Amino acid sequence: MDRVDRPAEPMRAEEAVSACTFRIKNLSIWYGEKRAIDDVTLDIASNAVTAIIGPSGCGKSTFIRSLNRMHELVPRTRVEGTVLLQGEDLYSSDVDPAIVRRRVGMVFQKSNPFPTMSIGENVIIGLRLNGVRNQKFLNERLEKSLRMAALWDEVKDDLHKSGTSLSGGQQQRLCIARALAVEPEVLLMDEPCSALDPIATAKIEELIYELKTNFTIVTVTHNMQQAGRISDYTAFFYLGRLIEFGLTTKIFTNPSQKQTEDYITGRFG
Amino acid sequence: MHFERASNHTWRKIKSTLASTIAFVSAILVIAPLGLVFFHLLVNGAGSVNWDFFTKLPAPVGAVGGGMVNAIVGSLELLALAGAIGIPVGVLGGVYLAEYGSARINLVLRFLADVLNGVPSITWGVVVYGLVVLRFKGFSAYAGGLALSLIMIPLILRTTEEVVLLVPNGYREAALALGVSRWKMIVHIVMKTASKGIITGILLALARVGGETAPLLFTAFGNRFWNHSLSQPIAALPLQIFTYAISPYDDWHRQAWAGALVLVTGVFCVNIIVRILTRGRSASVV
Repeated sequence: MDRVDRPAEPMRAEEAVSACTFRIKNLSIWYGEKRAIDDVTLDIASNAVTAIIGPSGCGKSTFIRSLNRMHELVPRTRVEGTVLLQGEDLYSSDVDPAIVRRRVGMVFQKSNPFPTMSIGENVIIGLRLNGVRNQKFLNERLEKSLRMAALWDEVKDDLHKSGTSLSGGQQQRLCIARALAVEPEVLLMDEPCSALDPIATAKIEELIYELKTNFTIVTVTHNMQQAGRISDYTAFFYLGRLIEFGLTTKIFTNPSQKQTEDYITGRFG
Repeated sequence: MHFERASNHTWRKIKSTLASTIAFVSAILVIAPLGLVFFHLLVNGAGSVNWDFFTKLPAPVGAVGGGMVNAIVGSLELLALAGAIGIPVGVLGGVYLAEYGSARINLVLRFLADVLNGVPSITWGVVVYGLVVLRFKGFSAYAGGLALSLIMIPLILRTTEEVVLLVPNGYREAALALGVSRWKMIVHIVMKTASKGIITGILLALARVGGETAPLLFTAFGNRFWNHSLSQPIAALPLQIFTYAISPYDDWHRQAWAGALVLVTGVFCVNIIVRILTRGRSASVV
């Protein structure tokens, strides 16, 4: 395997230095013997959208899942390096992964509302299972979350209906509302639109744009145009390494690495 | 490209008809015994299933009438005891197999559960006789319930494991990503999603042990009167049928037929309930 030329200094987006939610330093992740992430260092800006791009198997999903320790669900994982969330190390031994995940929410590729629950129950289940009993509070949070996910007007009369009765795009927005209800600081999105049609995709993209005023968003996408449309920063991964990271406008118009340019212009991947 | 020749087509049609006919006949052969059993039970037993049967104790030899109310209630008590032990152990064991445990340990546990499922039921009667009846010096409802629960555990364990494994991983991930702890995720998301399948497994196990006779012979023993203490021998429908069927009295034979009809109807009803439960909403698992 060719060594990739890397700048000696950690790569940072020019404007991300001051206000960043995550500071990731020399992060490496192994699944058993296989190294999925190789010495990645980058900062993720607050209240901005950071897109992770790269060909299949490049470690995008592993990287995004390492930001709320979801990758640990796979047995025999090992992490080196540090991930600081607002200055606190996610991987320090006294940190409970459940607490990390309350602060760093996640939306998945395939929408997955709980089939046994109504639309309303789906949204507040995170709060309920975390011990919130106050019905008035739950109702308020239910409406607020659905409004933030731009779903309230479509479902406000059907809150008792099954979550799986909604269309694909609505289900995905329901999952976003469910993630928002526990009031995380960060929202991770692992290819949130890849199973949706263009209209539903446009709605989610619009939503992402609105959500970044309140949340830090990290999204994985296979769709270059989408990365260009929605993100402020873009990180290009290849074979588990971070090849290039910077402002999306720069990455897409004037990438400094040849591999980045080849990938973005569709010459490989 | 050529179309196949006509003769070839005819031969294929014949083969197809032949195969579907054999399949149809086989299906009939499978269903026929059930129909015959029901028919026979109805002919011989329906006449003796009356109000007295459900409300009266067995009559002494020679006396007319009498019923099996003690055996019916006894069976229900035994099932309650068996369920009290077998359901929690079976369900939690199945959840453990599906959600926790290392691959190697699970392989061993699964294999052992399958072996247990194949153990002849009378063996459980003998085991409980040795472990409980001899030690506490007497047949009892407890011993009977324990013997039945030992049959239920591997059954419930395996069905629970299977339906819990059917719950898509996406739901587990979604719950964990909300910051929910693992056991809450398992109880409130996974088990709830699989609940119909789990309940189905429980009901089928209850229906199965409800008809068991052999494990009760040396444990519950049977009783011609009301059972006043669970540490005393207790009547059970299958046992009563057994005792009456091997007796030399025509009157008892008729009662045995009636008992068998009631028992089969009960099992049948449980199966219908399972059917209705599993039809349910399309979204749920199993």
